[in-house]
Amino acid sequence: MSLLDAFRITLRAIFANRLRSALTSLGIVIGVSSVIVLIAVGQGTQQGVTDRIRGLGTGLIFIESSAAATTAQTGGGAGLAESTLVQGDADAIEANAIPGVAGVASRVAIDAQVVAGANNVGATVISTSSEYGEVRDLGMLTGSFITPLHDQEGWMVAVLGTRVAETLYPGEDPVGREVRLSFGGGRLTLPFSVVGVLEEQGGASEANDQAFVPLTGLASRIRFLYTPTGDLRVSQIDVQAQSGADEARVKEDITELLLFRHETTQPDFVIQSQDDLISAATEVSNTLSILLGSIAGISLLVGGIGVFNIMLVSVSERTREVGIRRAVGATTRDIVKQFVTEALTLTLFGGLAGMAIGVGVSLAVDGREIGGQVMTMLIQPWSILAAFGVATAVGLASGIYPAYRAATIDPIAALRT
Amino acid sequence: MIVLRDIGRVYQTGGAAVHALEGVSLDVDRGEFVAVMGPSGSGKTTLMNILGLLDRPSAGRYLLGGSDVARLPDDTLARLRGRAFGFVFQSYNLLPRMTALEQVELPLIYQGTADRRRRAAEALVRVGLHDRLGHQPTELSGGEQQRVAIARSLVVDPLVLLADEPTGALDTATEADLMRLFSELVENHGLTVVVVTHEPSVARYAGRIVKMRDGRIIEDSRRLREWETHAPGEVGR
Ligand SMILES: Nc1ncnc2c1ncn2[C@@H]1O[C@H](COP(=O)(O)OP(=O)(O)OP(=O)(O)O)[C@@H](O)[C@H]1O
Ligand SMILES: [Mg+2]
Repeated sequence: MSLLDAFRITLRAIFANRLRSALTSLGIVIGVSSVIVLIAVGQGTQQGVTDRIRGLGTGLIFIESSAAATTAQTGGGAGLAESTLVQGDADAIEANAIPGVAGVASRVAIDAQVVAGANNVGATVISTSSEYGEVRDLGMLTGSFITPLHDQEGWMVAVLGTRVAETLYPGEDPVGREVRLSFGGGRLTLPFSVVGVLEEQGGASEANDQAFVPLTGLASRIRFLYTPTGDLRVSQIDVQAQSGADEARVKEDITELLLFRHETTQPDFVIQSQDDLISAATEVSNTLSILLGSIAGISLLVGGIGVFNIMLVSVSERTREVGIRRAVGATTRDIVKQFVTEALTLTLFGGLAGMAIGVGVSLAVDGREIGGQVMTMLIQPWSILAAFGVATAVGLASGIYPAYRAATIDPIAALRT
Repeated sequence: MIVLRDIGRVYQTGGAAVHALEGVSLDVDRGEFVAVMGPSGSGKTTLMNILGLLDRPSAGRYLLGGSDVARLPDDTLARLRGRAFGFVFQSYNLLPRMTALEQVELPLIYQGTADRRRRAAEALVRVGLHDRLGHQPTELSGGEQQRVAIARSLVVDPLVLLADEPTGALDTATEADLMRLFSELVENHGLTVVVVTHEPSVARYAGRIVKMRDGRIIEDSRRLREWETHAPGEVGR
């Protein structure tokens, strides 16, 4: 019997039981499409996180206090009061001329309410210097970032992230206007004049919800920013490595310097390069991908069991048909071929539809906001191949045993019924 | 053409052995029309299954065209069965939801023959169903269904047509039609037919009657067939 004939017999059997065939394939459709979609979610998340970390700049090394640091959180403003990092550390990194260091910017992050007239919004206020804008690659929508002059003079100026600006001055350019920053639940309120608004930052960048002020201006007005010995506490120090510099080497040198300054052998800070953050994030999202993929894989397996089950039913329903075919000259191999082809066709139909739906859903969801989270979907060709390959294997596996059962049907007994 | 020697067939059922056939020897030549008769349970169907290579004897030798077929592997046997034998059953055994044409094409699918459609249509014309090619079993009378089954067995140009109570479910007029068809195939196309029947009215078309009882052949008689006692030209009136 030719394959074409086997396929014709299969199509006839499938169309004779349209609903049943459709439902059987549906299991495979769901399995294959969920493998593709869930892996796209996992890989998209990874891509998003990686992009975000890359988007911070290039060659960045972040130093945070161990007490305040939460791994992979690059802009967190928590725990300023416990921070072991001080401005002196940042100055020392710069003053010691560590090879490979292009720039150093420290920042103090404090949660505050930003108020303009009747509007107000919660924001993380980053107290930093003019260098920060360059280190972090922050583009401007209007006005300018903090300038060296602002740093020197300690002026009370503010640069707003896009979302902060939009909330406070909807549809207006806030440059030249005044905002008030309210710290410590209203215990301290200071006026600042807006000098610039940041460009919208990609993805879910935190810079959109932040405000930036010169540290020098704020430091002279908020006393709790200082340690008992009079050093200015900072939340984070960002070091910009020269392009082509050996970042591992730079990290080592900085670590040594800070250990010396903090008079300890156990680091009380965390130092991470962008690559460190990316690999940590990749590890997390790979785990996520594997988890999601396994769940999808289980649904594919369940779909396969459905095909297996229906093939068994189909064989026992068609005992007489098998007897007739054997009587007119079908070999056991012909019978095996017929039923394996049928199982394979059911799964391949399901697999193709699942592929189309999986890719379609992934494309449809990509870039949409779901539950406040913008979904990045990254369709992996290997996930499509894997899903399809597994579906085919499932089809073969669930066809072979029923086909074997069919082939061993005794034609005499089958014809007697 | 067919030589059976001391054929035995034993069924083992729950410890007890049933001897469905015992020491059956039978020769069938090309162009013969043989009727097998005997009471229920005498082993007629078992004999037919062994003749048609659907079943293997437990003992004895089966020579088909001079070669021993008893020990051929299953798949070789299946191919041989498809080419050399046509089966007609009491219950027609057509496949549901297939047109007459498709039913008749079925054996050719397993032989890999080209030109299936045309040959199937020809076979249906031969059994007088030229205007029923597109009918499914549910759209055909019993006699017509049996004709489709006969066309299906003829389409491969078999050596032997094996019919197990082919008219058991049909009325006498249809029975006579079918038996005349068989006679015509034997007379004009040199086909060999073995038909199992309880009806003397069927058996009288055959040129040889084999009687069975308890798994043995108890009588094997040749005689002139009914139409041979009449003048030529009266066939089929
Ligand atoms: N699969 C089987 N297992 C056990 N015994 C069987 C089997 N098939 C047939 N037999 C026995 O073999 C004997 C012959 O059966 P067979 O079907 O050949 O009879 P038959 O002459 O065709 O009868 P009928 O005229 O009723 O069709 C019977 O006694 C039957 O019970
Ligand atoms: Mg019988």
